[in-house]
Amino acid sequence: MAITLTINRKKVSLDIDSNTPLLWALRDHVGLLGTKYGCGIAQCGACTVWVNGEPMRSCVLPISAVGNAQITTIEGLDPAGKHPIQEAWDELDVAQCGYCQAGQIMTAAALLKKNPNPSKQEIVDGMAGNICRCGTYHRIQEAVALASKKVKK
Amino acid sequence: MKTTRRNFIQQSALFTSVFTLGFDWFESKGATMAIANEPGRFNAFLSIDATGKIRLYSPNPEIGQGIKTAFPVVVAEELDVDWKQVEVLQANLDTQNFERQLTGGSGALKHSWERLRKAGASVRQMMVQAAANQWKVDASVCKTSKGFVLGPAGQKASFGSLAAEASKLPVPSTVTYKDRKDYKIIGTRVRGVDNKDIVTGKPVFGIDVRKPGMVFAQIVRPPFGATLKSFSAEDVKKMPGIIDVVSFKNKVAIVGTSTYEIMQARQSLTCSYGSDAPLEGNDTHQAWFDAGMKSDKATVQRKDGDFAKAISEAAKVIEATYECPFISHSPMEPMNFFADVKPGSVTLAGPTQVPQPAQKAVATLLGVPENTVQVELTKMGGGFGRRLNNDFALEAAELSSIIKKPVLVMWTREDDMGGGIYRPAVRYHFKAGIDAKGNITSFYLRGVGLNAGNSTRQDNFPVGAIDHVLIESVDQKSAVTTGPWRAPITNFLGFAEQAFLDEVAEAGGKDPIQMRLDLLARVKSNPVGKITYEADRFAEVIRQVAEKSQWKKKPGVHQGFSVYYSHLSYVAQVAEVQVKNGKPQVTQVTAVTDCGEVINLSGAENQVKGAIIDGMGHAMFAKLNFQAGVTSPTNFNAYRMIRGNEIPKIDAYFVDNGISPTGLGEPALPPTGGSIANAIYAATKKRYYKQPFS
Repeated sequence: MAITLTINRKKVSLDIDSNTPLLWALRDHVGLLGTKYGCGIAQCGACTVWVNGEPMRSCVLPISAVGNAQITTIEGLDPAGKHPIQEAWDELDVAQCGYCQAGQIMTAAALLKKNPNPSKQEIVDGMAGNICRCGTYHRIQEAVALASKKVKK
Repeated sequence: MKTTRRNFIQQSALFTSVFTLGFDWFESKGATMAIANEPGRFNAFLSIDATGKIRLYSPNPEIGQGIKTAFPVVVAEELDVDWKQVEVLQANLDTQNFERQLTGGSGALKHSWERLRKAGASVRQMMVQAAANQWKVDASVCKTSKGFVLGPAGQKASFGSLAAEASKLPVPSTVTYKDRKDYKIIGTRVRGVDNKDIVTGKPVFGIDVRKPGMVFAQIVRPPFGATLKSFSAEDVKKMPGIIDVVSFKNKVAIVGTSTYEIMQARQSLTCSYGSDAPLEGNDTHQAWFDAGMKSDKATVQRKDGDFAKAISEAAKVIEATYECPFISHSPMEPMNFFADVKPGSVTLAGPTQVPQPAQKAVATLLGVPENTVQVELTKMGGGFGRRLNNDFALEAAELSSIIKKPVLVMWTREDDMGGGIYRPAVRYHFKAGIDAKGNITSFYLRGVGLNAGNSTRQDNFPVGAIDHVLIESVDQKSAVTTGPWRAPITNFLGFAEQAFLDEVAEAGGKDPIQMRLDLLARVKSNPVGKITYEADRFAEVIRQVAEKSQWKKKPGVHQGFSVYYSHLSYVAQVAEVQVKNGKPQVTQVTAVTDCGEVINLSGAENQVKGAIIDGMGHAMFAKLNFQAGVTSPTNFNAYRMIRGNEIPKIDAYFVDNGISPTGLGEPALPPTGGSIANAIYAATKKRYYKQPFS
């Protein structure tokens, strides 16, 4: 039975097992490859997307549980890369390998949406759920702070 | 079509409207180069079109070390163009036109520095000559700036407008490089060339490879040392989305149309294994360490003076045993590779640090000529040495040849962490004798490694400063597969040596920094045996880190020092620990690095900070266990990775000496475990002898 999802404001109809995690639906069936697989057990955050604006681990979220929710992936954040978080990520040259950064960015952008003026500790705590194996944590935290300043302007 | 390098530029001008210069990488193997004029075929390295747009093809695989940005920075600097004019593209494997197209050993810039400079400088010179000819002036009175040649009477011509004429000129036999005081790009902060793609989620990684007709596969691999006896494929084959279940080399591959369907089907697969010898567990490895330490068959790696005699005469003997477990590389992008094996042609695509060996190994495996195997390089979601082993590429190729389909083999995290090629487990035993004044007179090290090869680095400092030295290694074969892990061997040996020297300094009543400086002064005045490092550069990073960290000048702060030389670079660190709620917390690490000329300050800082976090996280948390040949844990819930709320403040400084660049992807890691352990000791009087610390 086909399930209809709303991904980056577009309706997508998928005729796949409703237990399929959103991550694999996005990657294998919708062709949105920006959301990354890292662990499959909601530990690393590489697969973070928004469901109705809330950051969620798409690797453990079956599409049956998504319903009519608005799904936003890294491709839908701002395709031009002009979101303050994306701009800050570029300006501070955050990425090394870049693989975890889609999940970091979706987590960071959700954090700022909820709290446009986070303290240093709120940034550290808010980003602690996402692993970066290259160790770009300092710049991730600095970039969230920079983006927060951009939002205020 | 083949041509010599000297005349190929003229030919390229005939065949295309684009001015193209091959870098002078291939001097060593004779000047041959294939020319092709079809767009999109990567066989040359620098192009300038009529609009002045400069395209640079970066040949080395990008793994997060920043080489795709750093290489073009050097070319652009010597070409004297504006960084904004440059477009950087990833070149595919091309053994005709590139050499050392690999990522490993922190060697890319060291190896290519001169070639990159020459590639830029020689084209700059040709542009100047073309303009001088046009203006009928001497080339020596012309200058360049931001992609323009400037004449003595105010003439100005863009490189783009000169490209056609310049392409007819001979490649200069001698070139003049810029004075480093005139550098405009080198040493500045240059943003990564892939930043935009990364922040917008472009599909640039191996896992993102999609090709027409492609299927997915996962492979179930046997426990270490076991052979596959049988497996049940019938139920699995009936599962939705499953195309085939095939076996090769003790492995079972499940082929299907989607990742999730394969994961589901995989749960129904049962495999039965057997083995000739008992399968290994943690106990096996401990017993092997014990035996290796007692073995009389150690390989002597270095011998200076008479260690046995000297240690017997020492006023005091310090002894310690250090040990590290097998650990996984755990790049965030698990292993994966695409292969399409067709009669007459093989296409490989994916993340490998060493594409040429992949091409060669796949050609050998399939019994086909190497030139029929194409390798497309993707960006890599980290590697840390794991992608130096092409097992994943070979598996993909073998599977594609069996199922006769293009296939992307995906490793789950569990496959990746449980699937081997680990940092080898090693035990080290150190012994040092000091005289009545606390000076080291004798030094002994035995390393017992499991599939580690020579687990020592026998010429490492303080060797060279001590009269009586004996360094030995024992390599115990294990069924657990191993490979290089970021800063191979030294990633743990650096910790062990630097922690041991801290003990020696304490026993001799010496300041750990002063002790190193005294030893280095000895190397300068009266070296012992072969010396592989430069004592002055070593001493300089030590002096600078002492100053920057305010060594022993911060009341209430416990500091630990370490310094290490690897990949031709020198890194000194001071870690600081504060005890909070009874627990030691690493609050700061100050690092001074001498890697010669820093090409991209942004990338360099990122590498140093990342390596320190990497070194700290693995020292504190990482360990794999073994039972009956099976690894545990196999995912991040139990194999702990350091997180952003656990990192210290890091100050990264670089020595400004203008020496040709050396390695940077690895050298900041080896000293990290030592500086942290020594700082924790300063705070708690507890020494750590094993990784992980906790």
